[in-house]
Amino acid sequence: MGVGFTTLLGKEVLRFWKVSFQTLLAPLISTLLYLVVFAQVLGQRVSVYPGVGYAAFLVPGLVMMAMLQNAFANSSSSLVQSKVSGSLVFVLLAPLSEIEFFSAYVLAAMLRGLLVGSVVLVTAGFFFPPQIHSLLWILVFCFLATGLSGALGVLAGVWAEKFDQMAAWQNFLILPLTFLSGAFYSLHSLPPLWHFISRFNPFFYAIDGFRYGFIGASDVSPWESLLIVGSTGLALSWATLALLRSGWRVRP
Amino acid sequence: MSSQERSLPAVEIRAVQKSYGALQALRGVDLTIEQGEFFALLGPNGAGKTTLISILAGLARADAGTLRVMGHEVVQDYRAARRALGVVPQELVFDPFFSVRETLRIQSGYFGLRHNDDWIDEILENLHLTDKAEVNMRTLSGGMKRRVLIGQALVHRPPVIVLDEPTAGVDVELRQTLWKFIRQLNGAGHTILLTTHYLEEAEALCQRVAVLHKGQLVACERISDLLLGRQAATLEEAFVGLIRDVET
Repeated sequence: MGVGFTTLLGKEVLRFWKVSFQTLLAPLISTLLYLVVFAQVLGQRVSVYPGVGYAAFLVPGLVMMAMLQNAFANSSSSLVQSKVSGSLVFVLLAPLSEIEFFSAYVLAAMLRGLLVGSVVLVTAGFFFPPQIHSLLWILVFCFLATGLSGALGVLAGVWAEKFDQMAAWQNFLILPLTFLSGAFYSLHSLPPLWHFISRFNPFFYAIDGFRYGFIGASDVSPWESLLIVGSTGLALSWATLALLRSGWRVRP
Repeated sequence: MSSQERSLPAVEIRAVQKSYGALQALRGVDLTIEQGEFFALLGPNGAGKTTLISILAGLARADAGTLRVMGHEVVQDYRAARRALGVVPQELVFDPFFSVRETLRIQSGYFGLRHNDDWIDEILENLHLTDKAEVNMRTLSGGMKRRVLIGQALVHRPPVIVLDEPTAGVDVELRQTLWKFIRQLNGAGHTILLTTHYLEEAEALCQRVAVLHKGQLVACERISDLLLGRQAATLEEAFVGLIRDVET
C-alpha cells in the first residue's frame, strides 16, 4: 500500500468531511430521535433482559445501526456518484491495484461509521450513561461491522450504474436488514418464523455482539456473532475483489 | 531513461479486438507510435477511437491483442503503463467536492507523488489557472474545467499524453493556449496522441496520422504522404475522400 492508496483514502475521508452536516450531523439527529421516542415511550414498560433497562438495551443497538447504515452509505454513494458524474475515471487511470482501491473505500466507510457511532454514543451518554461490560468486544464489533457494511457498499457501488439502483439497495436491503436486526427488541420476543429468518441476518449478529460488550447479555454467544460477522465480511470482500479484478461494470 | 527504453515505441498496439455485444468496436487494430511523435488518431463518430484509447488507458479491457505504453503491457504491467500515460478524457468530468489545487494534488498523489506543488504551480501558470487555484471545481466555466482536465493528465509528467478531443466546445483563446502548451511538451520530448474532429488542427500539429473506420485501421502514414497519395490539398479533403472510398 503506497502513496496512491493513502491519497485515495484521504480523498474519500475529505469528501464526507466536507459535507459533514449531511454525513455526520444528520445521522446523529435521526438516531437521537429514535432514542428519544423509543426510550421515552417504552422505557418504563419494556425489560428485555433481567436487570437491564430498555435504554441500556436500546442505545448500543441504535449506535450499531447508525454505524452500519453510514458505513454502507459512504462507500456506495461515493462510488455511484463518481460513476454517474464520470469522475471515477481519475481513480481508474491511476496505478492503483484492486486491493488498494477496495481497501481505501472500505476504510473511509469504516471511519465514517465509527465517527457517527462515537458521536451518537457520546451524545446519548448525556441522557442515558452507558455501562461497559467489555471494551474489547465493543471495539471488535465496531471494526468488523463497519468493515462488513463498507465492503457491501463497495459491492453495491460497483454494481449500480444509476442512483435509483442504489436507492433499491438502500430501501430493499440495508433498511430491512438494519431495522429487522434486533436493534429495538430481543430475538426471543419474536414469533418462531421471524426468529428463524433473523438468524440469517448478519446485521443481527453485529448488533447482538456489540450490545454484549455494553450490557454483558446477548441473544446468542458473542463468539458465534464474531464468527458470522467476520466470515460474512471476508466472503463479501473476496467476492467484491474478484469482481473488481474481472473489471465487471468498472473497466468494461 | 536507458538506451533500450529510448528505442522502445511510445505506444504499441497489436491485433486488438473489442466487442460490445453484437457490435465489433475494434477489429484487429495494429498501430505503433514512436517516442516524441505528435500523432493524430482520426475517424468518424463510432469508429472506435475512444474505445482504443480506453483500452490503452486501462479503462476497458480488450477481448484480444496486446497494448504497450513505453514497453509496459497495459494489463500485466499496469502500474508502469499507467505511470507512463496521461489521459485527457473527452467528457468534461470533475469531482465537485474539491478546489482546483486539491484536484491536482489528489491526482498527483494517486501516482505516488506527494510533494509536487512546484510542478502543480507550473501547470496552473501554463494553463492560465493560477488565479483559480483555490476555487471549487463546480464554479468553473467549461473551458476552465477543460484546462484542469489537461492539468490532471500532466501532473505526474507522463512521457505519453493522450488528448481525446480536447478542444471540443472550447473557445479560440483556450485552443491557442492549449496548443502552445502541448507543443512545448512535445518539444520537450513528450509523445502526443491526439483524437480530434478538427482536421485543420491535426494537420497543423501532427506529423503522422492514423484513420480508424468501423473498428479497422484504414490508413496510417505521414500527413504529407497521405495528401500526396490522395492528391489532396488539405487533410480534410484527404480524409473525406478516404472514408468515401472505404465505404464504397
